[in-house]
Amino acid sequence: MKRFRFLDHGGDVGVEVLGASLSELFQNAAEAFFRIITDPKTVRRKQSRRLTLKGETPEQLLVAWLNELLYLFETERLLLSRFRIDRIDEGSLEAHAEGETYDERRHPIKTLVKAVTFHQLQLHEEEGLWKARIIFDL
Amino acid sequence: MGEEREILLERLDAWRWRIPRAGKMRTDGLIFADQKMIQAIRKDNSLQQVVNVATLPGIVGPSLAMPDIHSGYGFPIGGVAAFDASSGVVSPGGVGYDINCGVRLMQSSLNRRDVEKKIPLLVATLFKNIPSGVGSKRKDLRLGKKELAGVLTQGVRWAVDRGFGSAEDLAHIEAQGCIPGADSDRVSDRAMERGYPQLGTLGSGNHFVEVGFVEEVFDTEAASAFHLEKDQVTLTIHTGSRGLGHQVCDDYIRVMLQASRRYGIELPDPQLCCAPLDSEEGKHYLGAMACAANFAFVNRQMITHWTREAFGEVFQLTPGQLRLSLVYDVCHNIAKMETHEIGGRKVQVCVHRKGATRAFPPGHAEIPAEYRKVGQPVLIPGDMGRYSYVLSGTDLATQETFASTCHGAGRLLSRHQAKKAARGRSILKELAKMGIIVKSASTGTLEEEIPEAYKDVEEVVRVVHEAGISRKVARLRPLGVIKG
Repeated sequence: MKRFRFLDHGGDVGVEVLGASLSELFQNAAEAFFRIITDPKTVRRKQSRRLTLKGETPEQLLVAWLNELLYLFETERLLLSRFRIDRIDEGSLEAHAEGETYDERRHPIKTLVKAVTFHQLQLHEEEGLWKARIIFDL
Repeated sequence: MGEEREILLERLDAWRWRIPRAGKMRTDGLIFADQKMIQAIRKDNSLQQVVNVATLPGIVGPSLAMPDIHSGYGFPIGGVAAFDASSGVVSPGGVGYDINCGVRLMQSSLNRRDVEKKIPLLVATLFKNIPSGVGSKRKDLRLGKKELAGVLTQGVRWAVDRGFGSAEDLAHIEAQGCIPGADSDRVSDRAMERGYPQLGTLGSGNHFVEVGFVEEVFDTEAASAFHLEKDQVTLTIHTGSRGLGHQVCDDYIRVMLQASRRYGIELPDPQLCCAPLDSEEGKHYLGAMACAANFAFVNRQMITHWTREAFGEVFQLTPGQLRLSLVYDVCHNIAKMETHEIGGRKVQVCVHRKGATRAFPPGHAEIPAEYRKVGQPVLIPGDMGRYSYVLSGTDLATQETFASTCHGAGRLLSRHQAKKAARGRSILKELAKMGIIVKSASTGTLEEEIPEAYKDVEEVVRVVHEAGISRKVARLRPLGVIKG
């Protein structure tokens, strides 16, 4: 199962994400997010971060999750490559993420992300498989 | 979202098309475009977005679309919509994520011949002086969170007070570099935290700093008023409010989703979420938006300062000799409270311009005195391989478009398509062969921003010129470009 694939979206980029569970979907979405910014293979797991988030709906939770990663990247220059959702329900999640601080000698920056949008946002379960679509403003 | 059948378009003349008011629309749609463009415009859902905007409460005049219109998030990009100050709404989607993404143009005492051999050095020096990479900072800008509030409420005056510009710069910026009503209490901690490390940074995507020259003058009187002449070296800066603005937009989309429900505003698309201008939510958004806009003005001012330093370093000239002066600085993504005359009465409105530029006419009190005879400068960037335009505002724009016009070329290829087209090619070498030196901080950006990924800005400019809502003044060509 391809965990995510990128979508053409004009001057921006979108991603279609799959997951056998909601947790897996959120983990795959996070990996896809950092794949836009850098080459995750270059990101070592030197530090770990615990994240707790809330959302009014599962869709808002997904956007909040990705926005949190964007915030950590912009404010701490934190690149993350491994994600584990410890607990998730329709309105909240607890997770662990691993990665390291940006190092200009080792981490290529492909492009910067301005925002995680609500445009054409989709999140639903279909025959046991979780699917999502998110568009990012570049 | 919207009906399946084709949206009815009435051709008014060679450059104007109307979507007659129908269904839930409160007003007509009015699109500026030529025949060829309309066919392309029909292919994405931007016309439906023009229709959707027309349904919002308190809209004054038509739901407008400039010739560079394309599909956006809720509101189309290249859209203009004005709302009555007492009965209308304000919407973050009508401004965009990159609040006050805009363009600044400078002119110098240098001639193209003076600089051509030194372009590679100039590009390298600009790249060194202007923070463009992730986490890069200038040592002369040590900004704490407390100081950021000053940036947000004072705009460019904050920078001038600290020696990063002059009073003359201030006079040549839209709103004198400070949108009134900025309230830093309305900006979230998260937005502040994203903002303070990024002040003075370029950002990636379609942002750039470009050294160019005036290739052709179309209107000698206006060009002369703007201090532009053939072969003169120019400097263009295109950037916005960085993470601070993006976060403000994000924060207020959430606020407005709730507000739309609270005030019973029917939304054909949730991304049109809004609140009445005279509501708490509406005022708070405007207060925060002004902060983000001022951040962007200061951003362009800091980059201006470091650009002046770079030129000084490379050409070994004093600022007095270089005379790198501001022609003008305009917003492309903004909501402005303005007074316009509608049916003989003066009406206060909130004009949303998302991917559109203000274009005040000759005689307008808000433009610098030396421009009043010819109108406000309008800066229209093209792609890095071709050209950009300088236009001037007209009376007709004031009558028809709330003094608004286009903002740029718009994309032709998606990022993925552009990357595919660029595969196996050395874009840097191709541009160098054309006499254009480019340096980019991020690895993906160059391929995604190749000239052929963009429409020809000349076509967009031709429409606004022929329609009479702007006048062509000059065409600029690039010599050197830096990208974040």
